[in-house]
Amino acid sequence: MRLDVVLRVVSKLLLPFMLMFAAYVQLHGEYGPGGGFQAGVIAGAGIILYGIMFGLPAAQSIMPPKLVEFLVPLGVLIFAGTGVISFFYAMNFLDYSALGPVTGLSEQYAQILGIIVVEIGVLVTVASTMVAIFYGFAGRGQD
Amino acid sequence: MEFAVNSVLLTMMAVISIAIIRMQNLFGVVILAGIYSFLMASVFMVLDAVDVGMTEASVGAGISTVLFLSVLGLVKVRESKSIHTPLLPLFVAIVTGGVLIYGTWTLPEFGSALSPANAHVGALYLERSMPDMKVPNVVTSVLASYRGFDTFGEVVVVFTAGVAVLLLLRRGSGRAKAMRRNMVARGLIPDNQLTDEERAQKEAKDAS
Repeated sequence: MRLDVVLRVVSKLLLPFMLMFAAYVQLHGEYGPGGGFQAGVIAGAGIILYGIMFGLPAAQSIMPPKLVEFLVPLGVLIFAGTGVISFFYAMNFLDYSALGPVTGLSEQYAQILGIIVVEIGVLVTVASTMVAIFYGFAGRGQD
Repeated sequence: MEFAVNSVLLTMMAVISIAIIRMQNLFGVVILAGIYSFLMASVFMVLDAVDVGMTEASVGAGISTVLFLSVLGLVKVRESKSIHTPLLPLFVAIVTGGVLIYGTWTLPEFGSALSPANAHVGALYLERSMPDMKVPNVVTSVLASYRGFDTFGEVVVVFTAGVAVLLLLRRGSGRAKAMRRNMVARGLIPDNQLTDEERAQKEAKDAS
């Protein structure tokens, strides 16, 4: 469509900044507002914006549905796996102190590492679920 | 100053709510709902709940609007006429609203040091976040560490929602199609739920 050219160019320009901002919100979550959930939604919104502007096949070529379906449970497994590690050191579920003996870090840094890993799990599940829901609705209209 | 900002934001939200109720065009309703979410995010900013404001802006105004719009692609854009009188819903809404307002009477004053949020574990979290894990943003340390189990539950909820949507909306894979063909062949699907193609195949089979 001819009239869409402004929207198309702008959304293409915005996409890398959106994903970059998602990474910032994710990694800066310990110091400022944000965290895995918000970053996941922003990253998912980036893919969805691309899908709206360039069509579902274009979005699915950068984020294949098979990969999305793989990532939805992967995030939960990352979160749960971090918790299960503490069982091997006779600690409670999700006690990040157990990461200390595993990695050789001090107690404080083990806590930070636990938070970072767990937030990555949140990011993966939230972002892929948002994209999966969008694919579900958008793919429905094409039948 | 804060009172003025809050008054303006809440008045605009009330106006938008009335506009959403009165509007028949669903496209306009979706856009107004997005604006409502942005105003709500601003209210959270005024209340110093930056993390919640960020979530509201990205989920409420961003993702929800997009999902509503993609649903609008599948249904009619104009609201269809209601088939029942609005009296019962109005009654339920007034009673629920009344109960909620009654509930606010016993809430502690905003920002009160004696409120349960500040008097119980809240102060402990604020005190111990830095020595425990050197994380200045207490919201993150509570969400991911002190209350990690709750957050794990939230992620499982998101996961469940994703799986449910995939099961309901995913376009039929090869296996699902084969299963359907099998069910049609065995006559397990009622006639009025067959597609035209399947009905033609069945009639051809019956005729032979």
